[in-house]
Amino acid sequence: MLLLRRLATALPSIAGVIIVTFLLTRALPGDPAAYFAGPAATTQAIDEIRHQLGLDRSLPVQFLDYLGQLARGDLGTSLSTGQPVLAELLTRLPASAELTLLGLVLSVVIAVPLGIAAAMRPGAPVDHFCRVVTTAGVSLPTFFTGLLLVYVFYYLMGIAPAPLGRLDVFSSAPPHWTGFYLIDSLLARDLPTFGAALAQLVLPAATLAIFSLAPLARITRASMLAALGSEFVRTARASGLSRRRIVYVYAFRNAVLPVITTLGMVFSFLLGANVLVEKVFAWPGVGSYAVEALIASDYAPVQGFVLTMALLYVLLNLGIDLVYGLVDPRVRLEA
Amino acid sequence: MNTLRHARYVLGENPVTALAFAGFFVLVLCAVFGPALAPYDPLASDTAQALTGPSAAHWFGTDQLGRDIFSRIVVAARLDLGIAVFSVALAFGVGALLGLAAGYYGGWIDRVVGRSVDTIMAFPLFVLAMGIVAALGNSVANIVFATAIINLPIYARLARAEANVRRHAGFVEAARLCGNSEARIVLAQLLPNIMPLMMVQVSLTLGYAILNAAGLSFIGLGVRPPTPEWGIMVAEGASFIVSGEWWVAFFPGIVLMAAVFCFNLMGDGLRDMVDPRRRT
Amino acid sequence: MRRREFLKRSTAAAGTIAAAYVIPARPARGQARKDTLLTLSESGPNNLDVMGVGTNRPGYEASWNTHDRLVTFGVKKDPNGHDHYDYTKIEPELAESWDVGDMSATFKLRRNATFHDGAPVTAKDVKWSFDRAVTVGGFPTFQMAAGSLQKPEQFVAVDDHTFRVDFVRKDKLTLPDLGVPVPIVINSQLAKKHATDKDPWAMEWLKNNEAGGGAFRIEKWTPGQELVYQRFDEWKSGSLPKLQRVIWRMVPSAGNRRALIERGDADVSFDLPPKDVAELAHEKKLAVIGTPIENALNYIGMNVKIAPFDKVKVRQAVAYAIPYQKIMDAVMFGRGKPMFGGPAEVSAPIWPQPSPYVTDLAKAKQLLAEAGLPNGFETTLSFDLGFAVTNEPLCVLVQESLAQIGIKVTLNKIPGANWRAEFTKKTLPFIANAFGGWLNFPEYFFFWTYHGQNAIFNTMSYQNPEMDKLIDAARFETDPKKYKEEVEGFVSIAFADVPRIPIFQPSLEVAMQKNVTGYRYWFHRQLDYRQLAKT
Repeated sequence: MLLLRRLATALPSIAGVIIVTFLLTRALPGDPAAYFAGPAATTQAIDEIRHQLGLDRSLPVQFLDYLGQLARGDLGTSLSTGQPVLAELLTRLPASAELTLLGLVLSVVIAVPLGIAAAMRPGAPVDHFCRVVTTAGVSLPTFFTGLLLVYVFYYLMGIAPAPLGRLDVFSSAPPHWTGFYLIDSLLARDLPTFGAALAQLVLPAATLAIFSLAPLARITRASMLAALGSEFVRTARASGLSRRRIVYVYAFRNAVLPVITTLGMVFSFLLGANVLVEKVFAWPGVGSYAVEALIASDYAPVQGFVLTMALLYVLLNLGIDLVYGLVDPRVRLEA
Repeated sequence: MNTLRHARYVLGENPVTALAFAGFFVLVLCAVFGPALAPYDPLASDTAQALTGPSAAHWFGTDQLGRDIFSRIVVAARLDLGIAVFSVALAFGVGALLGLAAGYYGGWIDRVVGRSVDTIMAFPLFVLAMGIVAALGNSVANIVFATAIINLPIYARLARAEANVRRHAGFVEAARLCGNSEARIVLAQLLPNIMPLMMVQVSLTLGYAILNAAGLSFIGLGVRPPTPEWGIMVAEGASFIVSGEWWVAFFPGIVLMAAVFCFNLMGDGLRDMVDPRRRT
Repeated sequence: MRRREFLKRSTAAAGTIAAAYVIPARPARGQARKDTLLTLSESGPNNLDVMGVGTNRPGYEASWNTHDRLVTFGVKKDPNGHDHYDYTKIEPELAESWDVGDMSATFKLRRNATFHDGAPVTAKDVKWSFDRAVTVGGFPTFQMAAGSLQKPEQFVAVDDHTFRVDFVRKDKLTLPDLGVPVPIVINSQLAKKHATDKDPWAMEWLKNNEAGGGAFRIEKWTPGQELVYQRFDEWKSGSLPKLQRVIWRMVPSAGNRRALIERGDADVSFDLPPKDVAELAHEKKLAVIGTPIENALNYIGMNVKIAPFDKVKVRQAVAYAIPYQKIMDAVMFGRGKPMFGGPAEVSAPIWPQPSPYVTDLAKAKQLLAEAGLPNGFETTLSFDLGFAVTNEPLCVLVQESLAQIGIKVTLNKIPGANWRAEFTKKTLPFIANAFGGWLNFPEYFFFWTYHGQNAIFNTMSYQNPEMDKLIDAARFETDPKKYKEEVEGFVSIAFADVPRIPIFQPSLEVAMQKNVTGYRYWFHRQLDYRQLAKT
């Protein structure tokens, strides 16, 4: 019930997203009818196709049509790939999610210890180091980082696999359970495929991780500083607990809440930002799909993509609220 | 006076921030005097000198058409900073006003602003920017506009939260008792009070705005050729990395990074200055 | 779940996974690699059916390799010793022999040929397929009509293995037109199972499914990512291909494509930018073959309906102000055939051929003054974003050069989908573009691009009755001497009136590992895997 109420508050923004996306895609230059009609079409042939596609009707009518389709779960068909958008998004979403999640995990593994170290000795070299490195990371355009990594690790050194999507050519995809190749290959006990999928993931995930270090390290440092300066840590120190125990058990556990909030924000930000990374690494995710479609004035995939992302965003925030409740007993959904 | 002393203290304590301010100063110099500082005409091609590496004559080498990359980078500073500054100013202006109004008045204004901001936030932001530029056409004005829209929510939310907290503060009540109009209270009392916090955000979003414009250029939605712009230069140079002409993408990329880096570190530094907890 | 438990469990789970699985060494995949060809290109098919609505070029490739046509073309060596399809030799494919009569042609089909599902190929299938091509409209119908194949009544299934085409008129293009990618033979029984009242030609189903009998069958297709072909071992319409499997991956980044082929991960790479091709060819580690694309031309077009391009002297001035050699060096890196600086008089009935124009700014200035525009004018030069790799630097150079004679040019890159729409409207004053015709005849090119019928490819809206007369005459000319005069006539007019300025003849570039043999240039500019082999 509470979940439902929480979801209901998100409905207006979803409606807003649907309307804005619809208007935006209709304003895109280009004429799908001309595209469909082929290279040698006459004006008359294009008009006929425009009529078939319903593009000669007024905007409100087109919008109602679109809503009707949405209600039936039909996101339309992509012009450039010729496939139903829903099916394509569903097969591509796990690719994006897996990449983004791994990037996030990588980022957490580096940023959180770095942030803790910085908080332990504020103003010391390690603090400056943390700040400079993470800020440098977020200052690099992701496509530039990606290109550089490919050049160095694949082209010059030859230790990374070819940037050819989720698996090298001679591996076949693991049986479909979750769509996450790492998980599916483990479930199928197929270690070679797991290794191959992981190898493909490393560079793009690293690109995303480099970009997302800064907010995580910054928030870890800040909330650790606050926690270390608080009463209960002082009390713990006074009662002679080991430094390790104080930092990792008392201070960190209390500092983890803001980190989780930021994690959610960073995840949704990365999902949007990885369109460029996907383009560089030929990653078959939803981001690259949307970019191609947008450039080709292909309405349906753009609308479908934006809608999916908006829904994800809402679900993600809901998820964060739930995790909050689990981590911090003071926060309850009722609150 | 006190603020200045505190600023000097923070800068002295934090050499990195000082460095960032110095870098920012250089950027501003380039933006103001750009064409005068460039050793070559940034648009003049010289195909006999195409794709030569860094040398005494061409510090950063030349691009596919033999144009001097250093000159192009210097001249591009004005456009890149311009896009960033104008878009952030727009986002700041509109966002702060909307946020203040929402926070101060509450009620339906708050709901409308809140919902609109939520709607923008529910978009994948970069894709929204792409959509706006693709739909309206790729001109500098539209890139500024798109970047402003995706930065708007941050300012609106910040201003709303701050105004909400302060609307019953003593100085606001005092101003109200003195008979100041509501609009005057918002603009003359509340706005200056939230300025410092907003400035931190400005510095951070300036960097993000530059990255955003560069990303748009990378997928072909940037300014028109042959205008020099860092993002486009990286995008164009990307195809030369594999063939060994690394400098075409590398130098614009590094300058782009350095600029964003400066803004981010400045933002950090400003935060330290503004944050009362850091004052000693 | 309680908070403490949650935290504990998540850390515990992470530990178990890390401990239980250690990443093993990758197994050798050498065997699979040897019989498999890995090819790369920028984009992939959007439809497996060449007769589909809006099927793109890669789609033609998929259709070409998975279907048979009645006839095909022979092979010859080009001047560099590479295999090149031979337009003059029509050879058997599905039809083992044929007789061309006065007003019809009769084809004998191979008796042992089957489709991929094992069903025998009959004349009924051929008729159904051809009926489909001339009925569905759009590109396939238009291409069939180019060979005077216009209505279903022309196609007769005489018996199971005899098929006849009745002519509506005598046309030298009829037989060659049966060897282009459109008139494929589809398994009509299979396709009809998926036809509906609304969709009698099974367009929807054939979009994603292939029902052919060609040398390869499609094993897997992931749109936008990869297409995997498997050899059809029962193929009878030619000698069995050497390759067992072809994996075709779409790699959007040109840099990645180059890295993959250079490092030996891919066997064949298509659509590399000119610079990469020039360097790879220079390094000699790979086999790089560039074939001038027949009947194709990259050009700068000026819309003669839009001032000031309505003045011939303005157009000539622009033609003298194009920095031709700079473009060849800095944009094309020497790939492609220059189409400027030719003789003043046209003396051969061929196309494309070099125009008499060279870069001569003084002359350009003078012409501009004579046209009454001594101070130049402002205009917008547009190009397709999809071809920005060459078009953008090219246009920047043109812009810079025109500025020197006072013409201020703004550049405008238009995304692909919009490009076609703008194209149709013919409102762009000044464009950089390319056109190529499948059928290698000058009059075929001119019919689409210069003829007063003002087809969509006549981007300059050029209309000249004198030229139309020559083009029309050449199309059905039988006397070689007259034909030569007519072609030279319309080429001369094209150069004098210069609504489009020829720059270069593009090359079809392919880079391959040295162990890949049998590459053949085809007019449709796609790969034919049937002749390829790995040694």
